[in-house]
Amino acid sequence: MQLVTFIGKKILYLLLLLVAVSFITFTLVSISPIDPVRAYIGADMLIISSEQRAAIEDYWGLNEPMFVQYFHWLASIISGDLGVSLIYRIPVKDIIADRFISSFLLMGIAWVLAGIIGILLGVFAAMKKETWIDRVIRGYCYILLSTPGFWLGLILLMIFAVWLGILPVGLSAPIGDLSYEVSFFDRLYHAILPALTLSIIGIANVCLHTREKLLDVLEQPFIKQARANGLKGLKLFSRHGVRNMILPAISVHFASFGELFGGAILAEQVFSYPGLGQAIVNAGLNGDIPLLLGVVIISACFVFLGNFLADMLYTVVDPRLRQRKGESRL
Amino acid sequence: MKKWTYLPVILLVLLYVISMLIDPDKISIQLEERNLPPGFSHLFGTDWLGRDMFLRTMKGIELSITVGLLTAVLSTIVSFLAAMLASMHKWLDRLISWLTDLFLSLPHLVTLILISFTLGGGFKGVVIGLVLTHWPSLTRVLRAEILQLKETKYVKISEKLGKGFWWQARHHYLPHLLPQMLVGFTLIFPHAILHEASITFLGFGLSPEQPAIGIILSEAMQYLSTGFWWLAFFPGLILLIIILLFQICAKAWKSYLEKDFSHENIVRD
Repeated sequence: MQLVTFIGKKILYLLLLLVAVSFITFTLVSISPIDPVRAYIGADMLIISSEQRAAIEDYWGLNEPMFVQYFHWLASIISGDLGVSLIYRIPVKDIIADRFISSFLLMGIAWVLAGIIGILLGVFAAMKKETWIDRVIRGYCYILLSTPGFWLGLILLMIFAVWLGILPVGLSAPIGDLSYEVSFFDRLYHAILPALTLSIIGIANVCLHTREKLLDVLEQPFIKQARANGLKGLKLFSRHGVRNMILPAISVHFASFGELFGGAILAEQVFSYPGLGQAIVNAGLNGDIPLLLGVVIISACFVFLGNFLADMLYTVVDPRLRQRKGESRL
Repeated sequence: MKKWTYLPVILLVLLYVISMLIDPDKISIQLEERNLPPGFSHLFGTDWLGRDMFLRTMKGIELSITVGLLTAVLSTIVSFLAAMLASMHKWLDRLISWLTDLFLSLPHLVTLILISFTLGGGFKGVVIGLVLTHWPSLTRVLRAEILQLKETKYVKISEKLGKGFWWQARHHYLPHLLPQMLVGFTLIFPHAILHEASITFLGFGLSPEQPAIGIILSEAMQYLSTGFWWLAFFPGLILLIIILLFQICAKAWKSYLEKDFSHENIVRD
């Protein structure tokens, strides 16, 4: 029952958040200097008359107050219509659905890789505290935290695609192949480099947090007892360390969805990988307001999902937290 | 504070001053010297117009540090003001907390793209965008700190003595929060530089005439497949070194300023 109210509250919060985000985004977009009619018509702007222009403005409701426009837009979003993209000339919904798969593949690989490597490195560093292994791992993490992600992407691109020529330069499928000819492995092959870039950057955060958390755990009395009993190294970690640090480490990793999305925008731009990140950049640069609004909303949902899963892990999975609330079973 | 921690600070200041002294007219177009690999006459090589990449990189670094400093100072001030406002009234507190949540609910880059889309990019757009994305996390810290301070005896006595809100702010809150704000400043600075470079790289930030690192890197991208690796390698590396230097300073400052609270660290050492 508690779980249901917890999820219910979170969903209510998401809805309020989405309304707020969409309103602010809509306000920002409407005070921007971009003229929606000009963005829509493009080069044909010269041949339409001012009456035609006024008719379009009238038809779109551009002369109405901003609040009215916002509610019209909100109503159409709720009914599932995100509008038509101005640069791709197809519904925004289709673009997002199509690109979400590409982005999801990319971010999924990067997230899992960064999580596994980051947690392993963090565990090594904490278990070997103050030795050269710890210093090397920490130094590596600090360098990564200072590295511009897109620069790393450029360097990897130069090494693997230009010099060695073993990985593709960009895109998500071989050039010239039709969409149904593209196999899953083609997609995977093209996602390797951007995913690698993203995961290398993502390691630092989760690794440093894991190290801190495990160091905290290792200070606890029960670890001292275990050490006194003669446990050490891998055995000490696997019996007493791992249970206590794995949940916080994973939930920190879930909470980093925002940075993951930001990193994906840059990686997709470097590798011309057609995902959501590239869509938002193109939309922003070309004044494609419907697509821009759509991707902003999706990214807010994405970040929310990460934080939600992180919260869930704490409150639902950890048996101690359930007990503390005076409940033995969910 | 350990002596070696001054070294990165000195290095940073030196780099900044040197880059300021470089005459922008020296970065001239010399077509007979284009696409030269790094060598003694051109440390970082030259680009497709024969411009010296070392000079361009240094100018870019100057711009990056300027944007970083400006953003970090402004966001620190904004977070202090927001935290003070939050302490004034329950409803203001709710509003500010809600706003911080809201700003943290979008990826930084997405917010930056939106804001520079609205303001049309450029120096002003980038700085405003960066300030708006970097104030929330520090505000949270300061707000919690002020809530604690409000409960201390000397602040309560001061209130009973009839001191005004802003008098208290200046004499009680500000001195106490200054260390936190300094730490916040040092944490915001490297972030701001990275985000400025990213947003400029994507095409939303500084305009192409400006010698920003993001511009240099996005131009270099078109020449990667021709093997001109030095166009991208050195500018990014220098940016990395600057940020690393500053993060080392930030860590040292943080542990120095928080010494009072972290006595167990001293015992461990």
